[in-house]
Amino acid sequence: MTDASSRTPHAEESLTVQAEQAIIEPPTGEVVMTLRDVAVSFAGKTAVRDVSFDVAAGEVTALIGPSGSGKTTLLRALNRMHDTVRSASVTGSVHLGDLDVYGPDTDATLLRSRVGMVFQRPNPFPTMSIYDNAVSGLRFNGVRKKSLLDEAAESSLIAAALWDSVKDRLKAHGRTLSGGEQQRLCIARALAVEPEVLLMDEPTSALDPIATKRIEELVGELKNRVTIVIVTHNMQQAMRVSDRCAFLLMGDDKAGELIEFGPTSKLFSEPTDPRTLDYVNGRFG
Amino acid sequence: MTTVEALPSAPSGRGRQRALPDKWYRGMLGVVALLFGALAIWFLVAIIIQARPAFSTLGFSWIVGKVWNPTHNQFGLLPFILGTIESTAIAVVLAVPIGLGTAIALAFLVPSRVRPALSTTVELLAAVPSVVYGLWGLIVLAPLFREHVEPFLTSVLGWTGLFNGPDRGVGLLLAGVILAIMILPTMVAISRDVLIVVPTEQVEGAMALGATRSQVLRKVVVPGARTGILGAFTLATGRALGETVAVAMVIGNAPFIAHSLKSSAATLPSLIVNNFGESTGTELSALFGAGLVLLVIGILVNALARWLVWSTGADAAGAELGR
Amino acid sequence: MTSLLETPADPAVERRQAVQAAANSSLGRRKLASKVTLGVCWLFLFIAVVPLVAVIAYVIAKGLPAWNADFFTQSTKPEGYSPSGVWNAIVGTAVITLIATVVAIPVGLLCGLFLAESEDRAAAVLRFTADVMTGIPSIIVGIFGYIAIVRNFGGYSGFAGAFAIGFIMLPVIIRAGETAFRGVPNSLNEAALALGARRSTVARKVVVPTALPGVITGVLLAVARGLGETAPLLLTIFGNQYLQWNPSKPMEALPILIYNYSSQPYADLIQVAWGAALLLMAVVLVLSIGSRLVAAYLRKERR
Repeated sequence: MTDASSRTPHAEESLTVQAEQAIIEPPTGEVVMTLRDVAVSFAGKTAVRDVSFDVAAGEVTALIGPSGSGKTTLLRALNRMHDTVRSASVTGSVHLGDLDVYGPDTDATLLRSRVGMVFQRPNPFPTMSIYDNAVSGLRFNGVRKKSLLDEAAESSLIAAALWDSVKDRLKAHGRTLSGGEQQRLCIARALAVEPEVLLMDEPTSALDPIATKRIEELVGELKNRVTIVIVTHNMQQAMRVSDRCAFLLMGDDKAGELIEFGPTSKLFSEPTDPRTLDYVNGRFG
Repeated sequence: MTTVEALPSAPSGRGRQRALPDKWYRGMLGVVALLFGALAIWFLVAIIIQARPAFSTLGFSWIVGKVWNPTHNQFGLLPFILGTIESTAIAVVLAVPIGLGTAIALAFLVPSRVRPALSTTVELLAAVPSVVYGLWGLIVLAPLFREHVEPFLTSVLGWTGLFNGPDRGVGLLLAGVILAIMILPTMVAISRDVLIVVPTEQVEGAMALGATRSQVLRKVVVPGARTGILGAFTLATGRALGETVAVAMVIGNAPFIAHSLKSSAATLPSLIVNNFGESTGTELSALFGAGLVLLVIGILVNALARWLVWSTGADAAGAELGR
Repeated sequence: MTSLLETPADPAVERRQAVQAAANSSLGRRKLASKVTLGVCWLFLFIAVVPLVAVIAYVIAKGLPAWNADFFTQSTKPEGYSPSGVWNAIVGTAVITLIATVVAIPVGLLCGLFLAESEDRAAAVLRFTADVMTGIPSIIVGIFGYIAIVRNFGGYSGFAGAFAIGFIMLPVIIRAGETAFRGVPNSLNEAALALGARRSTVARKVVVPTALPGVITGVLLAVARGLGETAPLLLTIFGNQYLQWNPSKPMEALPILIYNYSSQPYADLIQVAWGAALLLMAVVLVLSIGSRLVAAYLRKERR
C-alpha cells in the first residue's frame, strides 16, 4: 500500500489516450483513487461513459455538470452502490490505492468501509439514538470494543461540528435534530469508520442556506482527515469547496461524458474546452 | 355518470337529490352515521343484558371455574379461556417468525419478475373462507398428524411432557397449526407492505457504511417497519382469538383443561357454536357470557397491542410531531 | 498511499487500522450470518407456501369430482339418497348475501362519506367504532343476530343471517368508502364548490365518480368476506335440508353445509362438502380478483 511505484502502473498510458477526448490535467500529488474508462449502463443503456481521472489525496474533488450528466451515477460507481441494481453494469477500472474496486476478489462491504458516502437527503437511522447512529458503521463492521466506539463517536461528532450541541443528549433520537444537524450526523456516521475517501452526493441540496454554509465549511475542514469527492449542481459551491473539478456533460445519446478535468481555479477562470466555458458562464444547464 | 346513478347508494329520488340543500345533505349523512352508532350501542347492550342472568345466578367466580357440566349446573369457563389463549399462542408463535421471514423474502429476495404474482397470491389466500381451512385440516391434516407428525414429535420432544397422551390427530396442536396457516396471509401481506416502504435512503445509508445484506435487514429495515409489523401481529392475534369454525372442526371439543399439546380441548368460540342449538336458561345465558368474555379478551389484546405500538413508536413519532 | 497521513500517534489513523482490522476479521462471520439469515427467510417462504398451495390444490382435486349437474340443481339429501346436490345451500347463500349487501352498501357508503367529510369528535368516535367492529369475533356477531332477530322476530331465518352478515360487512364498507372518498383530490372538490355547486351535488357529480374504483373494490371485498362467514350463520339461519327461497324461514348456506358435512362419517357427504368448499372458494377468489380488475380498469378508463 505504501509502495509508491505500484500505485499508478495503470495510470500513465491510458491517460494520454484519453486526453484526445477529454481535456485532463492530472494532479501532481499523491493519488488515492484512479478511474480509467469508467462507464455505467442500466439495462444496456449507457448513463455515463469514458471517464478517466485521478483523485488526489487530501483534496476535495468536485463532480460538476448539468442534471443528466451522470455525476451521481459516476459517484455511486466508486463505492459499488450500483451492485444492488440488477440491470446496472460498470465497465472500465476503478482503483482505491492498489485495490481493484471491481476486482473478482474485492468484497463490496469491505470496500464501503474504506469509501464512505453522504447522501442528498439526510438519512440518519430513525430507530437509533444519536450515539447509535454515529457508531452504526463501526458496529456493522464488527467493532465491539466500547472504548473504541466511544472514542470514535466523540471524535467524529467533533469533526462534524455536532459534538457541543448533542453531547448531553446522545441517547436522544436522530430525528430530533434539525435537517442540517441530521446531515452533519450522517457525516459523523461516515467519518467514524475513518474511511480513506468520503463520497458526498449533493449533500446540501435538501438544506437551507445557513445549514448549507455550515456543511461547506465542514468540507474544507475535513480534507486533512479524509479525501473527498463531492457532487454538486451548484457552481459557486464547487468553486468554494473544491480543489479540483471534473466537468461532465450529457452527450448526443443522453450519456454523460467527461469534458474537462483540472484544478478548480483553472476550470473556472480559463477552461480549455469551450463547452466548459459556456457552462461556468451559465450559458446552459 | 350513468354508472354513478346506477349505484344503489342514491337513497331518495334522483330529482329531489339534485336540489338537496347543504343543510339537508349534512343532516342526512349525520342521521345515517347516528344509525350506525345506535347499532353499535345496541350490539353491546344486548349482549350484556343477555349475559347478566349468568352473572346474577352464578356470581363472577363461574368465569374461572374449572368444570363445565350443565347437567350439574356447573358452567366454569376456565378450560375454554385457556384453550382460546393456548391455541392462539401456538398459532402466533408459529406464524410470526414464518410470516416475517416470508415477508422479507417476498419483499427483497424473490426475483422481481415473480414478485407481483407471488404477493397477489398471498393476498388472495387471506380471502379463503375459514371453513375451507377447517375442512382441509380435519380431512387431510388430522390423519397426517395422527400417523406421522405427532408420533415424530413425541419421540423427539416427548421428554418435555408437552406431548403426553395418545396420538389423536385432532387437538390443541392441530388447531394451533390451522390457525397459523390461516393468519399467515394477513401477517405476510401487511408485513411485506410495511417492509417495502422503508425508504431506500435508509437501506443505502447502511450499505454505504459496509453493512452486509442481513445487517441492513436486521438493523435498519425491520426496526424501521416494526410499528407496522406489530400492527400485523395484532390483527393476526385478534383473528386467531375469534376464529370459530376452523378451530371447532379440529380441536376435538373436549371441555377440559389441556394437559398436553395433543389433548383435545375447546375454545370460547367453539364452546358457543357447539352448544348453542340445544341450550336454554342458565346455560344459554352462560354462553352469552362466554361471548362477552371473548369480547373483553379481544378488546384487551387489542389495547395491549395498541399500547405496544404506541410505546415503541412513540418517541420517534412524537419527536416528528414536535418538529 | 497512507504515507501522507501516517504520522505516528494520529488517533484517527489508529482507529482506521482498528476498524479495518475488525472489518476484515469479522467478514467471514458476517457473511455467514448473512447467508444464514437469508437462507432462513427462503426456508420460511417455502414453509409458508406449501400448506397454502396444498389447501388450494386439495380443494380443487377433491371438489371437482363432486361437481355435476345434480350438484348444482338438486337439494341436499341424506346419505345414500340421490339425486343429491347443494342447490338449497346456493340459494340460501345467494339470498342472504344479496339482502346483506343491499342494506349494507348504502348505509356503509353514506357513513364513509360522512367520515370523509367530517373532522369533528363525532367522526373520530364513529371511525374508532368501525375499527373496533372490524375486529369483533364473528361468533359474537352471530350471538347478536340471535338476540336481536331470532328471539324477537319468529325464530331462525334468512333475515337473521343477513342481519349478522350485513353487520360484519358494514365496517369494511365504511372504512373502504372513507378511504376512497378521501382519495378524491381536494382541489377538485373545492373547484366545484367555488363554482357555486351544493355539497350534495359535489358529492354526486365529483366525489362519488372519482372514488368509484375504490368503492367497488371495497364492496366486492366486503361481499367476499360475508360469503365465507360460517359462525354467525350457525346461530341465525339454523340450516335447512330443503330448498327455501323465503328469507323469513330457516335456510341452508354453503359454509354451514361444509361445516356440518365435514364431521359426517360418510364418504359421499364429505365429497359434497369438498364440492361446496370448491364452489365457495372459487366465488370468493373470483370476487377478490374481480375487484382488482374492476379497479384497475376504471382507473385506466379515467385517464
